[in-house]
Amino acid sequence: MKYELQPAMPPPSNLIGVVGWLRKNLFNGPFNSVATIVVGFFLISFMVPVIQWIFIDSDWVGDSRDACNSGGACWVFIISRLDQFLYGFYPEAELWRLQLAFILLIGSIVWLVMPQTPKKGLVAVWLLVIYPVVAFFLLYGNSFGLIQVETHLWGGLSLTLVLAVVGIVASLPLGIVLALGRQSEMPIVRSVCVIFIEIWRGVPLITVLFMASVMLPLFFPEGMSFDKLLRALIGITLFQSAYMAEVIRGGLQAIPKGQYEAADALGLGYWQKMILIIMPQALKLMIPGIVNTFIALFKDTSLVLIIGLFDLLAIGQAANQDPKWIGYSTESYLFVALMFWVFCFSMSRYSQQLERKLHTGHGNRA
Amino acid sequence: MSSDISNSSHKPDGGPVQPKSPPTDKTKFWNDPKKRSLLFQVLLLSALGFVFYTIIDNTLTNLEQRGITTGFDFLTSEAGFGIAMSLIDYTEASSYGMTFLVGLLNTILIAVMGIFAATILGFILGVARLSDNWLISKFATFYIEIFRNIPLLLQIFFWYFAVLRTLPHPRQSIEFLGSFINNRGFIFPAPVAEDGFGLVVFGFIAAVLGSWIISRWSAKRQERTGQQFPVFLASIGLIVGVPLILFLLSGMPMGLEHPELKGFNFRGGITVIPELIALWLALSIYTAAFIAETVRAGILAVSHGQTEAASALGISKGKTLRLIVIPQAMRVVIPPLTSQYLNLTKNSSLATAIGYPDLVNVFAGTTLNQTGQAIEVIAMTMAVYLTLSLLTSFFMNWYNARIQLTER
Repeated sequence: MKYELQPAMPPPSNLIGVVGWLRKNLFNGPFNSVATIVVGFFLISFMVPVIQWIFIDSDWVGDSRDACNSGGACWVFIISRLDQFLYGFYPEAELWRLQLAFILLIGSIVWLVMPQTPKKGLVAVWLLVIYPVVAFFLLYGNSFGLIQVETHLWGGLSLTLVLAVVGIVASLPLGIVLALGRQSEMPIVRSVCVIFIEIWRGVPLITVLFMASVMLPLFFPEGMSFDKLLRALIGITLFQSAYMAEVIRGGLQAIPKGQYEAADALGLGYWQKMILIIMPQALKLMIPGIVNTFIALFKDTSLVLIIGLFDLLAIGQAANQDPKWIGYSTESYLFVALMFWVFCFSMSRYSQQLERKLHTGHGNRA
Repeated sequence: MSSDISNSSHKPDGGPVQPKSPPTDKTKFWNDPKKRSLLFQVLLLSALGFVFYTIIDNTLTNLEQRGITTGFDFLTSEAGFGIAMSLIDYTEASSYGMTFLVGLLNTILIAVMGIFAATILGFILGVARLSDNWLISKFATFYIEIFRNIPLLLQIFFWYFAVLRTLPHPRQSIEFLGSFINNRGFIFPAPVAEDGFGLVVFGFIAAVLGSWIISRWSAKRQERTGQQFPVFLASIGLIVGVPLILFLLSGMPMGLEHPELKGFNFRGGITVIPELIALWLALSIYTAAFIAETVRAGILAVSHGQTEAASALGISKGKTLRLIVIPQAMRVVIPPLTSQYLNLTKNSSLATAIGYPDLVNVFAGTTLNQTGQAIEVIAMTMAVYLTLSLLTSFFMNWYNARIQLTER
């Protein structure tokens, strides 16, 4: 007798390949089959006209609304105003300054996000401390031989980025101070920080912006006037620092108590303990949370249009009112939505990926 | 700590106490944590006091120069402007205090409507994202990823300017079951109660009470005998059935006031202004994406062993979901859910951008511009939202304490 292992039979043909996949994922059971057919029908009957409108029947070339005669989306409208969407009313001769600042920003972010690049700490310091100063002189000018560009000329995507980046960079140190204060053992320091955080977190950003634009001028002595953009930035920074403080507190609480106690046992003082032991571990855990607040802030910057700044959305809104292009508001909203979506979605993907990578099992979470 | 050690080293080993050296505290002032923290706090307080003093002083001077009197007296003076939508009687002759109330009620209305719709949509999407049907789960994923990454304000603008504003004029309204849809809003026939409608209302209240009593009775009976009673079906039957029978018996005491086109607009009926619809759509669609993620996380947080244990005990699939998975998932879902509700309420303040008369638009907008009482108006507006958020966080703490696992 010869014992020989028979080769395995191939699986039944209805369990593999396209048919198998369909049976497993779309048609397993009567309920799912009906659901697939109903949802599929609605999706197809909705998506086909939309795709046709956006891509197939649309107009892409031309320079006036006469070019839009195919019955689909009129992208000519967007393309003819692309400069305004990106740069606002920034003078054309000075555009290289905006572009340089933008390239520097994107370059350093890519450097930080790529896993293989060295010296991330140095780049982070450059981005958080030096870059804002460089960008300010680049954008505003009035020194180093650059002409001054008033802030009311800033607009579009670049203004949205300015608001978001300044908001996050300025609120980070304030947030760290507030979070440490909230955990402090000094009762007055703690209550001041708690009150500050809870007040800002309890009110909508729009009232904060109203406050910054209406009340802030009252707070300062006569004759001291503030730029509108600066007032918005102050409001956004105060508001954002409260949220940042809570993210940082979460990070601090995730560090096991043993780390604090070990640092105390080594005789380190408070600041040594925080700077050398706690913060380096906690900051790493906080990055996803910080990115998430950044996404929220990025979306919230669109509110500045209510106090009269021309961010990306406001430029779109202004374009819709152009009498030469009445009736194409859907196109401009879609374009602006796409810009915001690309930024927010890629950031949220990055934060999710980071969360998975950082989930190495330390901290209080099991 | 260190001071104790230094003191104890001074203690003589037996013998009489030497009077020559009084126990001096050798710790330097800045090395004593207690004194140092006292110093910090005194410094902080005086800095804060100085900042507040400067701000108040500057503000008072500035207000005086502009000729604005501080105080809440303006609340009683006549407002003199109309509001597009009001849940209470409001005319141009009403006071500024009334504008506050109208705005507050409109904010509450949109918040309640938004929370209702967003919860239903969010729960459906959250469950759908976990569906084993590929098409449905992918659809839910797309929905969530698209809508939560687009600014809410943009979505409000889209619904208002690109969708509702492009509807036909009142004369070319789309007619649908006696209702009209046009760029001035949705106009429905208004139900008008006639004689005897009170009986139906009475029947409804009695049915609600009755189903409450039934649920108590059935819980007690199940505890005693183990027998179950279909409480849910019985309650639905009572609450729908009793008022319906009474309504039919009393000869349908309700008329409809049909809207009519008079001149350029409709008269009669109930008009839902487009601002409300746009805001409602945008808020529900946007918040539903966040609620869906919360629900998904909650369901995933219930360990699979629970479901397996239930099926090992022979509990049916529906009952497993209802009695085992959902109660445990709710523990995880409710806290983030309440903060989503709070976000929705705060986000409803974006209404001002399209002119829905909410608190921020009416009070912090028009009233502020007319009276110039910036400090009082902004403070009152902020206080409303602050109260709401504090109430929510109190509720959350109470709820967390109530549902916390008691470990034995």
